[in-house]
Amino acid sequence: MADERDKLRTGEQHDTDDTDFSVSQRPRVPASPQPPHPRLPVSPSLYGVMAEFDNPNHLVAAARRTYEAGYRRINGYSPYPIEELWEAIGFHHTRLPVIVLIGGIIGGLVGFFMQYYLAVFDYPLNVGGKPFNSWPAFIPITFEMTILCAAFAAVFGMLALNKLPQPYHPVFNAPNFKLATRDHFFLVIEANDPRYNHDEVVEFLRKLEPKEVTDVEV
Amino acid sequence: MAHDPYTEGPIHTTAPVVGPGLTFSSVTDKISSLVLKRKTPLWWFVGFAISFLLVQLLLLTITHLVFTGIGIWGNNVPVGWAFDIINFVWWIGIGHAGTLISAILLLLRQQWRTSINRFAEAMTLFAVASAGLFPLLHAGRPWLLYWMFPYPNTMGIWPQFRSPLMWDVFAISTYGTVSALFWFIGLIPDFATLRDRARSKTFQIIYGMLAMGWRGSARHWHRYEMAYLLLAGLATPLVLSVHTIVSFDFAASVIPGWHATIFPPYFVAGAIYAGFAMVLTLTIPLRKLFGLEDFITMRHIENMAKVMLATGLIVAYGYIMEAFFGWYSGNIYERFMIYNRIIEGPYRGFYWALILCNVLAPQIIWFKRFRQNLLVLFLLSIVVSIGMWLERFVIIVTSLHRDFLPSSWGMYSPTVWDFSMFIGTIGLFFALLFLFIRFLPIISIFEMRTILPEAEVEEE
Repeated sequence: MADERDKLRTGEQHDTDDTDFSVSQRPRVPASPQPPHPRLPVSPSLYGVMAEFDNPNHLVAAARRTYEAGYRRINGYSPYPIEELWEAIGFHHTRLPVIVLIGGIIGGLVGFFMQYYLAVFDYPLNVGGKPFNSWPAFIPITFEMTILCAAFAAVFGMLALNKLPQPYHPVFNAPNFKLATRDHFFLVIEANDPRYNHDEVVEFLRKLEPKEVTDVEV
Repeated sequence: MAHDPYTEGPIHTTAPVVGPGLTFSSVTDKISSLVLKRKTPLWWFVGFAISFLLVQLLLLTITHLVFTGIGIWGNNVPVGWAFDIINFVWWIGIGHAGTLISAILLLLRQQWRTSINRFAEAMTLFAVASAGLFPLLHAGRPWLLYWMFPYPNTMGIWPQFRSPLMWDVFAISTYGTVSALFWFIGLIPDFATLRDRARSKTFQIIYGMLAMGWRGSARHWHRYEMAYLLLAGLATPLVLSVHTIVSFDFAASVIPGWHATIFPPYFVAGAIYAGFAMVLTLTIPLRKLFGLEDFITMRHIENMAKVMLATGLIVAYGYIMEAFFGWYSGNIYERFMIYNRIIEGPYRGFYWALILCNVLAPQIIWFKRFRQNLLVLFLLSIVVSIGMWLERFVIIVTSLHRDFLPSSWGMYSPTVWDFSMFIGTIGLFFALLFLFIRFLPIISIFEMRTILPEAEVEEE
């Protein structure tokens, strides 16, 4: 429920899912309902500002404060999944379970009605005097097809929502980012955040006591 | 932690899930260095060479089989199914422990699964690959494999969906596919780690392509964790259904000794039993050779032994019920089958060897002294693997060799090609496993990070 209230309060839709504001997708981002802030001139080659931490607790605390400060186009990077982190940046829901459900339903229906159509209409065979529509015998294949399609939906749905494979991403330009898959933790405020002001953002991130604050080039 | 009864209670001294003093960096460096830095040890070359030779034996057998026909095998009426199905069920069963560890134990929040799930899943894939060869080649014309799938064809015919063998095609292909997806998805963050840690350009590119641009974004992790959990939820009923359907191959027939309602649960328990035995067979030498005692602790070994004991008892219950139902059915064919299988038949020695291997031998796990003795457990796991192979032999061959009419009775004996095919698939399994332990992280690095003490994030 907290998630719902949160969403209503900030009046935001784009944080619920599919918000990977990589460069190529920026023009497609729907306009925020908030009044547009006057943007200060930002170098167009800047993706955002990145703060580096060496501890998950610092990262999560910093992410919470960044969200509370009103920044929304933010993202955390960590070497392992941290539930508190995606909660902290305001990313609560993903459509993936619905996609998997739909995949499973489609698989089940296709599995059953394929057998039904083939065994009843297209190629009726009398097997041991069983009825053409001997539906209990169709259940195992229906079940397997349900699982298969749901699993495909889970894997490819996850990759599609994450926009993977994605060979290039600006965050890889950050000097220490290789450690994001080892033992370092990163927080990025992206340049297309409505409240983005380069100097303020750098100042704000410095106050979170990170190990380092760096600009991320596009 | 000092007063945690789990780690230092007066009665129980249970080993921790991870060794003391491990950090994000040491876990990452240790596991990735097995792939990236470590010189290939001599034992790897020796082991791979032996396995590779056996793969050549497999290829030789398959070539001879395809050019000559399945008559080179020993199975013939009345024993129309023998090594081909015994080995198929044996391999599929071994594979099931991988899915159990990766999916069911994940849903049950058993943290100790973390350090063994990766190679248990690899074991699943390689076992399914070995298993699939048998029905494929037993079909006689493997180049027409696609006839088993429903596709519009110029012959105007369709598969017969009421047959358990058809269900098997769907079950095994779904199982293989989902296991491969699950395994690959689990590897993506670790590929990213290897990409970022590799020094050579070639490996950076290879692992980079496999990682697909993974960057550890929190949004990605959220969807990733959701996908992983959903896949575990899907794989759990799947693995149960697969061995259930495999048992339908037998149970849906009218052969005494096969036509039994207990088959599905009893086959599933047997599969997990055999699978955990194989995981132990592989884990015990591997953790020694790679020095992974901090990652795969005695806690893992003991837990696996306990799962083996529990499933072994279920299997023993299955044997008892099989015999009981044979008698209780009042059917002369059923009674004869059980009498012949246990007391008088020519294959009774196999039955008693099976009871020895699968029912009596594992009872030593009740004793902590044996449960903690790696050599004993290693030998026991091999005994159980043999026992599970014997179980399938007993079910398949002894049920078939005495047909309803005494005039149709016969005996079965395997030929050299039966054995070369079986040994060849063992070679294939181990060859793939050796490649896996050399080129991929054998322990899930990112999941190991999540169970370290420093991974705890304080609540707000």
